[in-house]
Amino acid sequence: MEYQPPPFFNRGPAPLVRLIFFVSLAILLMVLDARFRYAESVRQVVALAAYPIQRIAMAPVDLFHGVADYFGSTAALREENDALRTRQLRAAPDLLRLEALKEENVQLRRLLDAQERLPSKSVFAEILYAGRDPFSRRVVIDKGSQSGILPGQPVIDDVGVIGQVTRVYLLMSEVTLLSDKNQAIPLQVQRNGLRAVAYGGAEGGMLDLRFMAANADIRNGDILVTSGIDGTYPPGLPVATVSRIERDAADAFAKITLAPTAGTDRYRQVLVLSAEAKPAPPVEAEPPVPKPSRSKRSRKRE
Amino acid sequence: MELQHQTQRILLPAKGSFILLTLALALLFNLLPWRNLVGVPDLTAAVLAFWCIHQPRRVGIGIAWTLGLLLDVGNGALLGQHAFSYAVLAFLALVVHRRIHWFPLWQQALHLLLLLLLTQLLTLTIRLAAGAGFPGWNYFAGSFVCAALWPALSFLLLLPQRQDEKPDANRSI
Repeated sequence: MEYQPPPFFNRGPAPLVRLIFFVSLAILLMVLDARFRYAESVRQVVALAAYPIQRIAMAPVDLFHGVADYFGSTAALREENDALRTRQLRAAPDLLRLEALKEENVQLRRLLDAQERLPSKSVFAEILYAGRDPFSRRVVIDKGSQSGILPGQPVIDDVGVIGQVTRVYLLMSEVTLLSDKNQAIPLQVQRNGLRAVAYGGAEGGMLDLRFMAANADIRNGDILVTSGIDGTYPPGLPVATVSRIERDAADAFAKITLAPTAGTDRYRQVLVLSAEAKPAPPVEAEPPVPKPSRSKRSRKRE
Repeated sequence: MELQHQTQRILLPAKGSFILLTLALALLFNLLPWRNLVGVPDLTAAVLAFWCIHQPRRVGIGIAWTLGLLLDVGNGALLGQHAFSYAVLAFLALVVHRRIHWFPLWQQALHLLLLLLLTQLLTLTIRLAAGAGFPGWNYFAGSFVCAALWPALSFLLLLPQRQDEKPDANRSI
């Protein structure tokens, strides 16, 4: 009869074998996630399992906010209320004129036979937490595919663009901030309409305005808004202001650093805009060609 | 310096529910919204290493891998990155688990510091290879904080397994 060790000593496969098994599994996942994006379904399932833990982790923060709100004195609230009312009143004439201008714009565009702009819808969301991954700059918001969020939608707060939805779960989505290294946004100088593209990844959450000629007409303090030529961000949203310009004679391009207008550190409320819908093309247009814009957008989502 | 091993008391067996609870609490701690604070310790890694050292037959590489995967999704990191580094951490902890009990707590903390730095280095290499930018030297601060917390952590996690101080005269052992 074969000798069997008592179960007390039986420890299963050796640690090294286990390590090799699990490490190769992890490497497989990483390659699938980084290169092919096949791991999204795995991520979705694990996300659903992790959701309760994440909500519990949020509880102390929610409690803190709740208590702070409760003890916020009526005076402070009244003051804030007054300030908001003044702001609204000050904005009212512009808002009233905006309606008329919108009408006029539609009419003029019709006269010029330009494409009409469709009004974009938006979803209100709150920032749950900022991701702890030190390699990327992301925040997680509390609306997901259940609220109709789609990857690629731009996200703004009350003063400007903060980023783009890059990954959607059932009940949450991840927003990649403009300052992330892999994020790019087409911009326009508000003063003179000069177009450029800004990239994230500069130190201190700043943006880089690359490939601007050294003699380009751009100054400190210039406001940059979205140009809308990418079809993802609606045009005219404020994004950043020029904070530093270095013109080096040795370099063909100026080195321009931008400070983002919006800050995710201040408020938790954001608005997710639906990507601008284009009206259907006229029927007599030429046969459909493969759209280059899709691959471009998917590259940006990375 | 002479090696001083304090006469160790015989510990009660750790309860499976207690191990699970501490791991879950550490995971919660990691998922708290820390924003961009410098030097937030990776408590999950520390608790995991603790159980791998003290209960190597019950907590091992498989559990480490699963915890890492949960953290990956929670943090929106590259899928498998924490799973990878935690599996390596668990393996290293299993390798040193017989030796480490001979050292006083602060020297154990030095052991742990080395393990944590190594796993962080692994993660960094992976992310740099995947195309991320270097996050700055602050990135490693968490490991030092974690190692500094090790004595307190071991004390806390061993508390429920201690027997009462009074030795029983009629006890067989």
